[in-house]
Amino acid sequence: MSDRFISIEGITRRFPTPAGGFTAVFSDLWLAMRRGEFVCIIGHSGCGKTTVLNILAGLDTPSAGAVIVDGKAIEGPSLDRAVIFQSHALLPWRTVTGNVAYAVSSKWRNWSKTQVNAHAQKFIDLVGLGGAEHKRPSELSGGMKQRVGIARAFSIEPKILLMDEPFSALDALTRGTLQDEVRRIFQETGQTVFMITHDVDEAIYLADRVVLMTNGPGAVFAEIVDNPLPKVRARNEIYKHPLYYAVRNHIIDFLVSRSRSFVQEMGGAYDPRHVAVVRPGLPEPTIASSNEPTLPSARGREAAAY
Amino acid sequence: MIGSLNLRAAIVSIAILFAFLLAWHLATRSSGPTQAMDPVYAKLMGATATQGKSPMPGPIEVGAKLWEQLRRPFYDNGPNDKGVGIQLAYSIGRVLIGYLLAIAVAVPIGFLVGMSPLMSKALDPFIQVLKPISPLAWMPLALYTIKDSSLSAIFVIFICSLWPTLINTAFGVASVRKEWLNVAKTLEVGTFRRAFTIILPAAAPTILTGMRISIGIAWLVIVAAEMLVGGTGIGYFVWNEWNNLSISSVITAILIIGVVGMLLDQVLALITRLVTFPE
Repeated sequence: MSDRFISIEGITRRFPTPAGGFTAVFSDLWLAMRRGEFVCIIGHSGCGKTTVLNILAGLDTPSAGAVIVDGKAIEGPSLDRAVIFQSHALLPWRTVTGNVAYAVSSKWRNWSKTQVNAHAQKFIDLVGLGGAEHKRPSELSGGMKQRVGIARAFSIEPKILLMDEPFSALDALTRGTLQDEVRRIFQETGQTVFMITHDVDEAIYLADRVVLMTNGPGAVFAEIVDNPLPKVRARNEIYKHPLYYAVRNHIIDFLVSRSRSFVQEMGGAYDPRHVAVVRPGLPEPTIASSNEPTLPSARGREAAAY
Repeated sequence: MIGSLNLRAAIVSIAILFAFLLAWHLATRSSGPTQAMDPVYAKLMGATATQGKSPMPGPIEVGAKLWEQLRRPFYDNGPNDKGVGIQLAYSIGRVLIGYLLAIAVAVPIGFLVGMSPLMSKALDPFIQVLKPISPLAWMPLALYTIKDSSLSAIFVIFICSLWPTLINTAFGVASVRKEWLNVAKTLEVGTFRRAFTIILPAAAPTILTGMRISIGIAWLVIVAAEMLVGGTGIGYFVWNEWNNLSISSVITAILIIGVVGMLLDQVLALITRLVTFPE
């Protein structure tokens, strides 16, 4: 593993309990991401996915451990890391252009109004909102609001895009269209994307790797599923991929049963620093994608820290 | 159904008004000569004794008085005989000065209280104790320290306008949605820009609601304050006309106070609508 663009290093987040003690929602998480990679985290509600994302965004700080981005530890929010919020978080008193321009003018503070608006317009057009520039968020549908959120995030040309269940509040058709848009923009811009979801199909369609997270409290990264789908993929084609159902069944099986019992089952064999990489449907590890020390383990797992 | 709801409501309103005016007129009209009197004596006694006229003026007298006052609102015949327009101008002037000073103080302090949990807790006991004090209770203290009755009235308006705006500003600022603040944080927006571009617009409807309550209270209090300090103003006018036993003028003044209060409230309501954003 040569490129550790984002490196999550042993982060733990503890919250105080009403009884006066502390519970760790998750503990000792390790993960490395390449530049230009799309990683999805999937897990049940309450496992701390959003907290992981907030730590990456700099909106929350880990109780222990650190996150290194591009060689520097995260110390608060940064314009290098844009967030697409689940609730879209648009400013309701601003128009579509106003919302995007707010982000643009925050990044390039000495730009003129014309420059800012021209730049914002480029990204409004990119998400297909041309013609709705002067509408306020209350006049937009849920899908259009999230498009504005996407345009705002991409407009500041961040190094990393963080998405917190961005499509979960949308109907299935709108969600599909927006997933296509995100996938397209991701490929055009070569962004590094970190996304949280609880939708298995979404994770498989979008991600290069899917990180499976166990249930909280004390959640851990259980496995990393290496997505066998090609880089260029079409929504209506992915179901025909020979390994698609193996991957899907593996993730669903994890979410339904193994996410609860994973920690007990593994016992001492679990090494948080070398989370197992699995390739469902393939007999044995076929590609050595890691030059990190590997751990021999049962069930055809290949351990890699990536 | 005939016409829109607004039209029907207007018809009912007008009907109520006429019913009221009619009842008023009937209750206060003359009941005819009461007893035979020497005409010279009758002249001395006035209509109340001779014609069975109610001591309360009827709607026609009040209407005539109102017309007389509105026709010449700005005459000035010395300290105790000024047009109602001049008196109103004094009152509105005092209210606006005291009110604007209060807003200038309340909004920044409200921001501080709303943004800082420490200041919120630290200032809370003072606000809780000062808020329920009747603004008129400050009057003697104001007169003693300021030594100017007109400025004291302004001070009383200042004090009573302060609390609703301060408390609403603090509440509005403290309850700005976390997601909007997070947007500002992820965009590395500085404290000042955040205060003006996120918190102010987000809290503006709540702040304006507080300002609207403040102007209402200020207009309530100015009448009482001017009755106390005297000299000028609509409150003094009411008290002066009471001393003149001109009940018609008292009634017209009450009406005018109501209308001006409504207009002040409507102005603030209009501004509130301008800053309110649909979600």
